[in-house]
Amino acid sequence: MHELSIATNIVEIVEEEITKANAKEATEIVLEIGSMSGVIVEALEFAMDEAIKNTRLQKANRSIVELQAEAHCTKCQNKFEVDDFFAVCPKCGSFETDIIKGKELKIKTLKLN
Amino acid sequence: MCGTCGCVDDSVQIRKPGESGHSHSHSHDGHHHTHEHHHEHGHDHDHEHAHDHHHHNEHSKELQLEIDVLNKNNLLAERNRGYFEAKNITALNLVSSPGSGKTSLLERTIKEMGSELPFSVIEGDQQTMNDAERIEKAGAPVVQVNTGSGCHLDAEMINKAVKKLELKGDNVLIIENVGNLVCPSMFDLGESKRVVVISVTEGEDKPIKYPYMFNSSDICIINKIDLLPYLDFDVEKCKEYALKVNHHLKFFELSVKSGEGMEQWYEWLKDSIKTT
Repeated sequence: MHELSIATNIVEIVEEEITKANAKEATEIVLEIGSMSGVIVEALEFAMDEAIKNTRLQKANRSIVELQAEAHCTKCQNKFEVDDFFAVCPKCGSFETDIIKGKELKIKTLKLN
Repeated sequence: MCGTCGCVDDSVQIRKPGESGHSHSHSHDGHHHTHEHHHEHGHDHDHEHAHDHHHHNEHSKELQLEIDVLNKNNLLAERNRGYFEAKNITALNLVSSPGSGKTSLLERTIKEMGSELPFSVIEGDQQTMNDAERIEKAGAPVVQVNTGSGCHLDAEMINKAVKKLELKGDNVLIIENVGNLVCPSMFDLGESKRVVVISVTEGEDKPIKYPYMFNSSDICIINKIDLLPYLDFDVEKCKEYALKVNHHLKFFELSVKSGEGMEQWYEWLKDSIKTT
């Protein structure tokens, strides 16, 4: 639901970078999105299509790198993949786990022209 | 427009009780300005670029940005945090759904603890000065942030509101966020601790329905426990759900109305300002 404005934020940041670098336009944007960032990738793709209209990102190739979330068990130090916040350690059954990867919401690289 | 959730925040007003709408014009202008800027850029360059494009294709440049999409808010939040640390201010970000009793909790806390601990308050609501007036009556300096149609506070609003509050330091700053268990979870304000309030008239499964908020909080206050005899709310089940989402959570079970459990909350507040 908030994906449209995430897209607007991305456009703002990239526009700033284009201005800073004295470039004409962005030709390639790579986004990195964790599976527990709170963003639905399909919704973001859809929102980006709208947000880039009439901006200097409009012709850029976009790719999204999705990162699988991982948790760390504070009891047995096991690291494992997770899909929600209620992760139980598959090794020792503890709930005392922390998400260590998967909340990313980043612009990774940018190619300017 | 709001950075993340799409709400329009052009009409943000930051006021002290009794102040007319005029005073907001400064912050309002600042806000508006930045936004308009970006839009203008977009249009201006687009025209130029349509003509120049074909001649300048060869100057390609790759940037390893690695920049967080919420970077602007996060940087400003860290500036707020640094200011709070330097002035020994414990900043608490109070979040919950509407009606959990955040403002009543503040009123009672200020009335009973105000002589021992200096409190300041930033009130966040979409509209009205009602909460700021209640807090002022309770006896603490307060600034109201009206977000207009916005659904959360952000670091920039706090930055401006704090300047208006003229904080002296050695202080507990309580930021009452807009009642909403979704959007405020994504916005760091620079707080020392995030406090989520749930009342027993809500469902005990709130923590797993809104896991992002409970995952990002440090403290969980379960309010209105005086009503437990009349309700089916299972406190232990609620805590179990909350701990599954975030095993670091510390709980306070209390009733602002009857006063039960308030003592532990006060002790924690006193300790927090000593240790910051």
